[in-house]
Order: sequence, then C-alpha cells, then structure tokens
Amino acid sequence: MGPASRTTLTVNGREHTLTVDNRRVLLDLLREDLDLIGAKKGCDHGQCGACTVLVDGRRVNSCLLLAVTLDGSEVTTVEGLAGPDGEPHPLQRAFLERDAFQCGYCTPGQLCSAVGALAEAAAGHPSAVTGPGVRAGDPVPLGASEIRERMSGNLCRCGAYPRIVEAVEDVIP
Amino acid sequence: MRTFDYVRARTAEEATAAWAATPGARYLGGGTNLVDLMKLGVERPEALVDVSRLPLDTVEELPDGSLRVGATVRNSDLAAHPLVVEGWPALSRALLSGASGQLRNAATTGGNLLQRTRCPYFQDLSKPCNKREPGSGCGAREGVHRDHAVLGHSPHCVATHPSDMAVALAALDARVELRGTDGGRELAAEAFHRLPGDRPELDTELRPGELVTAVVLPAATRGLPSAYRKVRDRASYAFALASAAVVLSVADGVVAHVGIALGGVAHRPWRARRAEEALTGAAPTRAAFEHALELELSAAEPLRDNGYKVPLARSLTVDVLTRLAARHSG
Ligand SMILES: Cc1cc2nc3c(=O)[nH]c(=O)nc-3n(C[C@H](O)[C@H](O)[C@H](O)COP(=O)(O)OP(=O)(O)OC[C@H]3O[C@@H](n4cnc5c(N)ncnc54)[C@H](O)[C@@H]3O)c2cc1C
Ligand code: SF4
Ligand code: FES
Ligand code: FES
Repeated sequence: MGPASRTTLTVNGREHTLTVDNRRVLLDLLREDLDLIGAKKGCDHGQCGACTVLVDGRRVNSCLLLAVTLDGSEVTTVEGLAGPDGEPHPLQRAFLERDAFQCGYCTPGQLCSAVGALAEAAAGHPSAVTGPGVRAGDPVPLGASEIRERMSGNLCRCGAYPRIVEAVEDVIP
Repeated sequence: MRTFDYVRARTAEEATAAWAATPGARYLGGGTNLVDLMKLGVERPEALVDVSRLPLDTVEELPDGSLRVGATVRNSDLAAHPLVVEGWPALSRALLSGASGQLRNAATTGGNLLQRTRCPYFQDLSKPCNKREPGSGCGAREGVHRDHAVLGHSPHCVATHPSDMAVALAALDARVELRGTDGGRELAAEAFHRLPGDRPELDTELRPGELVTAVVLPAATRGLPSAYRKVRDRASYAFALASAAVVLSVADGVVAHVGIALGGVAHRPWRARRAEEALTGAAPTRAAFEHALELELSAAEPLRDNGYKVPLARSLTVDVLTRLAARHSG
C-alpha cells in the first residue's frame, strides 16, 4: 500500500472509518473493501456511467473520485435505494415493470443516475434541451427528450434505452 | 497509478503554501480529468493538494453588477444559477452541452478551465506527443487528426482545447482571478489559454503554483442576448467538433456589441476578433455575418483530414448570429 489517509464515509446509512490508500477510487472501495458490488466498472474513465452512485445526494462517477477526498460524505449505492423494509424504490419497480434492462450491467448506474436526475430537475437544474419557457430556478418539467438528455451519461451496451426512458417517465412526479 | 501524498487545503493561502512546500504537487479539483490522466500514467504527481473544498464555492454578485464565480463552484451548479441563466445564458448553455450530469456535478470551475486536451496521442504513453513529452514529436500532425485544430496550430502541436465553458467565457469577456504565493493577479479569459507555438506543453498562461480562485462575469455583457451552439458526433456526451459562443447586441439597426468565440478549432478558445471588427457598426444581416466569418476563417490552415471544420465553424456561427439578430428584430 502507498501513502494512505484515514477516511470516514457513511455508505447506505452505515458509517465506516477506513485507512485508505490515497490512490483508491470510491468504486474500488465500495466493491473491494465493502463488498458492495452493485456499482459496476465499465470503462473506469468517466465514459459510461456504470459506476454511478450518489454522494451527498448528487449523482457522480465513482470511478473518478478518490475516496480520500470524500471524508465525511454520505454515499448511496444501488443497494441503498430500497426502503428500510426492503420495499424496492419506485424506480426499481418501474425498471422491472418496463423490462428496462437486458444483461443488467448498466442498470445499477442507470438507477442511481435517474434518482439524481429527478432530484436535479426538481431543484430547478436545466438541461441542454430545456426550453426558454422554464423560468430560471423553477422545477423543470420532464418528458422523454429531457430524460434522454439527462441520462446521456449512462450508456447501455444492450440498447435498452427506449424502455429505460419509459421507466423513468413512469415515476415523474 | 503511482503513489502520491494527499493534503486537503482549507484556504487558498494554505493551498498555495502547500504547493510551494511539496515538490511535484498538483492541485486537485473534482478530479474528473486529473484522476483519469493519472490512471493512464499521463499525469504522475508526487502529491495532490485537494482544493475542492476551499471556501470558493459561492457565486457572488458584485456592486457593479458583475458576478464572481468561485473556483470550486461545480459546473452543474453554475449552469443552473438563476443569475447566470438570465444574465449570461451562453455560459449556462455551454456548460450544459459538456460532459454528463454526473461529471458536471463533480467538475469545478477551476478544473474545467485547466482540463487537458483530448488528443488521443497525448493520452497514449506509447505514442509521440510534444505536449506530454516535449521533443518526442507530434503523432497527430501526420496521423489521426480529424478532431484537431484548423487555426493557430504550430508544427509542434495541433491539439484543441476541449472545454465548452472556456469558449463561452472568452466570448463574454470574463476574467480569471489567480493567486500565487506572492499575491494575486487577473487575466482576461481570452488570454488565459495560449497557442502552442514551440511550447505545446504549456496550455495556459498560469505560472507554476498559481491557483485559479474565481472567474468574473463582467457587468458589460450582463443581460445581452447570447447563445452557445456545439456540433459533435452524437447528440449528447461528446466533445465539440466545432462550437460557437456568441453575444450580440443591436441598437438603431446596427451591431452595437458583438463577441464571438469558436471552440474545437484551436489550442485555445478562438476569439474571432476580425469578424467582430467587421460586424461592429454594420447592419446585422446574414450576408454581413457570412462575410465576417469568411474573413475570420481565411486564416484557417486545415490539416489533411479536418478541412470539414472550416465550413462547419462558419455555418454554425452564422446560424447563431442570425438567430440572435432575429431576437432583436422580433
Ligand atoms: C467522458 C468525459 C466527457 C467529457 N465531455 C466534456 C465535454 O463535452 N465538454 C467539456 O467541456 N468537458 C468535458 N469533459 C471534461 C470535464 O469538463 C473536465 O474533466 C472537468 O471540467 C475538469 O474539472 P475538475 O474539477 O474535475 O478538474 P480536475 O480533474 O480536478 O483538474 C483538472 C486540472 O486542473 C487543475 N486544477 C483544478 N482546480 C484548480 C484550481 N482551482 N487552480 C489551478 N489549477 C486547478 C488540476 O491540477 C488539473 O491539472 C468530459 C470529461 C469526461 C471524463
Ligand atoms: S497534437 Fe499536441 S497533444 Fe496531440 S500528439 Fe501532437 S503534440 Fe501531442
Ligand atoms: S466505470 Fe465509471 S464511468 Fe465507466
Ligand atoms: S442492460 Fe446490458 S448494458 Fe444496459
């Protein structure tokens, strides 16, 4: 192990204090140190979205985040999306009902990304396709083209995109 | 990845002092470019000074109506800021056209400005590249260079700067605030990035150890109609083949103020000064826009396989100008 730093992270509600090699990215920490293998390694370079998790409620690529930089943060992975009673998250239910995956490799990333994207739109974050009719700061109404643009950071090698868009549309508030 | 020490700075002073005290240190923002390049072995810092949690994460309106954006404001928050959306829309649009939602949530204003080129030879240790290894040659000049520069390149390097944000900042006359160990200074965004010349290893005018602390959007361009348009190989989540940020104001039927910067065509955002000069005081017609872009792009020197960028940059910029002009008449 190279130079390391003491780091405390809360992952899916559980606090962990670890001595982390400075080189460790969050994705490897989750998968290899904490046995949370939901987040996937696709490209390892920010290009596919398979590793998407939520850090302090915001979606990020865990393959490009050094774990030591996240001291004190709260991380939610796909394993933490379900309710306390094990009830699947509405998006997980929608993905099942719409058959929004084939091999499933991209799915944990798609789910975390969609949770983040819905929160961003509700908080008034525009996207590249948001029209001039939406007042700055107001919640952005979502339709298929907004969802496609906002989810463009998540590639699906199986091409399940149409169903993924439908599944996300199903849970628009 | 090679091992490195890690220091988290709490203030800008602490960051520059830590840099000065640590040989081989680099600043770390969101890490979306630096960590990527460290994995590839292109960047090999001996220490990282983490500046991502500096108290430079606010957007502050100054008394003169300008806006100071701290260096650690995340790209997604900057793009969504109501004062930016309303006052400098080209900046918001440029940010939103770049990368992905996840990456924008992590990327910082300072890191975005300092991201390195996406030239594939630069990212591949087995290939020659004067930017990565001065004197080793430029693989792209005679190799694969469809995405490379058509303006201002040199025999030493034909790379483009990848940032969309920086293109908007150049057009909007933004300024970049810097802080070194011996005090602060300011640069026009337009003069922040450089052309490759015979020093392609230098992307910017930043001095060793200088920290970007803020970007200032000037009152002079606040509220003027502005727009950003980007052309790329897919509809989203891809770098620009060519892009244009334009700010245009028309008074009494003639162009009162125009700022044009082109992206994806040069080693820095390309401020189209010749086109701007030709347009200032002229009637905002399509013919005038076409003439102005013709003038500007007469300086282009396309490589074997990227000649398409010249007509592309021309037509997309004329299109943005025409749409902005229509807003004035409509
Ligand atoms: C798959 C992918 C697609 C992308 N697509 C686009 C795109 O379409 N358009 C686009 O514009 N960008 C795109 N990007 C690039 C992205 O915008 C940059 O990676 C990001 O903006 C860098 O910001 P950061 O804070 O993560 O920088 P970091 O990676 O932390 O740092 C980048 C550089 O800046 C230096 N640095 C950081 N902060 C400071 C500071 N305050 N002062 C001085 N130096 C500093 C670091 O030392 C480093 O050299 C893409 C990236 C990926 C991975
Ligand atoms: S274009 Fe520049 S970055 Fe690309 S190989 Fe040539 S020297 Fe390197
Ligand atoms: S594994 Fe992180 S984006 Fe592909
Ligand atoms: S379901 Fe196979 S990659 Fe998306």
